[in-house]
Amino acid sequence: MFYREAGQFKTSYAADMSIFPIRQDRIALGLLLAFAFLGVPLLAVLGVGSFGHDYIFKAILIPFLILALAAIGLNILTGYCGQISLGGGAFMAIGAYASYNFALRIPELPLLASILLGGGMAALVGILFGIPSLRIKGLYLAVATLAAQFFFDWVFLRVKWFTNYTPSGSVNAPRLDFFGWVVSSPVERYMLALMFVTAFALIAKNLVRGNIGRQWMAIRDMDIAAELMGIRPLYAKLSAFAVSSFIIGVAGALWAFVHLGSWEPLAFNIDRSFQLLFMVIIGGLGSILGSFLGAAFILILPIFLDQVPHALGIPMSVETVSHLVFIITGALICSLLIVEPHGFARLWGIAKEKLRLWPFPY
Amino acid sequence: MANLGPFLEVLIGGLLAGVLYSLVALGFVLIYKASGVFNFAQGAMVLLAGLALVRSLDLLVDRGLPFGFAVVGALLFAGAIMAITAWLIERYVLGPLVNQNELTLFMSTIGATFILEGAAQMLFGSDVYPLQLYPTDAWILLGELFPGGILISKLDVWGGLIAGVLVAGLAGFFQWTKTGRALRAVADDHAAAQSVGIPISWIWFVVWLAAGLVALVAATVWGTKLGVQFSITFLALKALPVLIIGGFTSIPGAIVGGLIIGAGEKIAEIYLGPHIGGGIEYWFAYVLALAVLLVRPQGLFGERIIERI
Repeated sequence: MFYREAGQFKTSYAADMSIFPIRQDRIALGLLLAFAFLGVPLLAVLGVGSFGHDYIFKAILIPFLILALAAIGLNILTGYCGQISLGGGAFMAIGAYASYNFALRIPELPLLASILLGGGMAALVGILFGIPSLRIKGLYLAVATLAAQFFFDWVFLRVKWFTNYTPSGSVNAPRLDFFGWVVSSPVERYMLALMFVTAFALIAKNLVRGNIGRQWMAIRDMDIAAELMGIRPLYAKLSAFAVSSFIIGVAGALWAFVHLGSWEPLAFNIDRSFQLLFMVIIGGLGSILGSFLGAAFILILPIFLDQVPHALGIPMSVETVSHLVFIITGALICSLLIVEPHGFARLWGIAKEKLRLWPFPY
Repeated sequence: MANLGPFLEVLIGGLLAGVLYSLVALGFVLIYKASGVFNFAQGAMVLLAGLALVRSLDLLVDRGLPFGFAVVGALLFAGAIMAITAWLIERYVLGPLVNQNELTLFMSTIGATFILEGAAQMLFGSDVYPLQLYPTDAWILLGELFPGGILISKLDVWGGLIAGVLVAGLAGFFQWTKTGRALRAVADDHAAAQSVGIPISWIWFVVWLAAGLVALVAATVWGTKLGVQFSITFLALKALPVLIIGGFTSIPGAIVGGLIIGAGEKIAEIYLGPHIGGGIEYWFAYVLALAVLLVRPQGLFGERIIERI
């Protein structure tokens, strides 16, 4: 009824190529961004409801944004280029430790540059570990990427130079000073994460619908056919690894600096890699929106499930609750895969199609 | 000559430890061969089988049963639990996912892993339970040839023997029984197998049951080695490089891969570890596997990957 593109004529190529061709989508996105950039801080300042507490920022919003960014990175590699990777945690770690060392050893460097350079280091390592993908495919590649995960877990644990010889192996983030803007309160951290995520989501969206993104998708759909059509697998695959690792690396640096503050190598272990892969698959392979939906689901589900017995007043030991959370998470993942193997993004797409016809279904 | 003794000890210990990894890898191969599913839940199945075994064994021994009967009873109970698990997984997880791509199937087994881990610990408790089914002391061989002799753990030898028997049994099962031949047919082509009247869901149940029983055997060995506890699930991660070196589809490959990984890992840890910082066991297997894959993308014994347009 209200969600219909009737009467919206495109009179230029630019309009034809816009990310959101339907006006209602643009308005909805504008409202969402306005709420995220202005509404949430305003609510926090006014102290409305749960926005008045730091908890919602520290435990939900900031991790959500940063993990969504990492999921976008992984989605470029796995969803768009079809290369399954279980090394997401490792690339987050590389981004975090590289940025940390850039900030520590070259203090003149602006913090933004350290973070981006950290992403750059992750991209270099990503290219290195992407080389096997030219020969290895599918699940063999997935297991091979675990090599990156375990190797870098070990490197950051054992090679003390990376952790600046701190005895416990735990390091602290530098002061978050962005060209004079010192980020300290949870709301400011949230704003910072939001800016990064918005910028990278826009970049990623434009990459995947351009020339390079189409090459990635051709490789994903059938790499031999793509090669015969003149797409160079070397260039396409390695560029996917580079872009993906760069974004994951930046997300790792943000995770360490903005979310954790001080961290140990364990923060980026294999569970993180699996978590990222889950986000991408449950959210929807090959969808930027899906990365956000998947991140929200995987992050909020355990938090929510933890609260349920409390809320219902059922006495349960902490251990039982954690086992139940395991079981329910697993069951939900299985049932989601059965109901909609293409993830939340596809559900969203179906809902939009239905809405266009509503209330007259024919 | 003075260095040969310790070297042999490390080599033999590594080879035998590798066979224990193979025990876990075998379960992966069975399922991948028959259904093309990469079953990440194998580690959780080892945990479930081990917990079911050790808890029922303790219970039966407490009731005053002789140890031998108690072991048989506990094995039967754990076997029944694995059969139920196999049926549930086939019926509710994999059955509805027929014809999905392998990544989706892989993720669904990770979901199953969560369920199994949670359920196993909720039903049977989450402490460390010691299990004592095999001798755990060691032989000292060739004491007159080398100073100190060569130390060989009896448990590892038992593990090796069991793995050998299992592989021979499974090979025979695949080769000579009707169900085994049906399994190979399903592995070749689901649709063709179905069209000649092979019941796929029954075959998949059999395969998951076989993998569950292999998990039970692995649990007896690993449970004796480490005690039955949650960290046993990480065996799945140890078995993965074994698996890709041998190839996803080869049962002998799982054993050979285990030998290579076991020996390589131990030797690298002893002779390379001190130079670059120790603890390299953690990743060495994976890097070795990566190197092998670069030369042979389907693993040493895997079926040649043929790609068509």
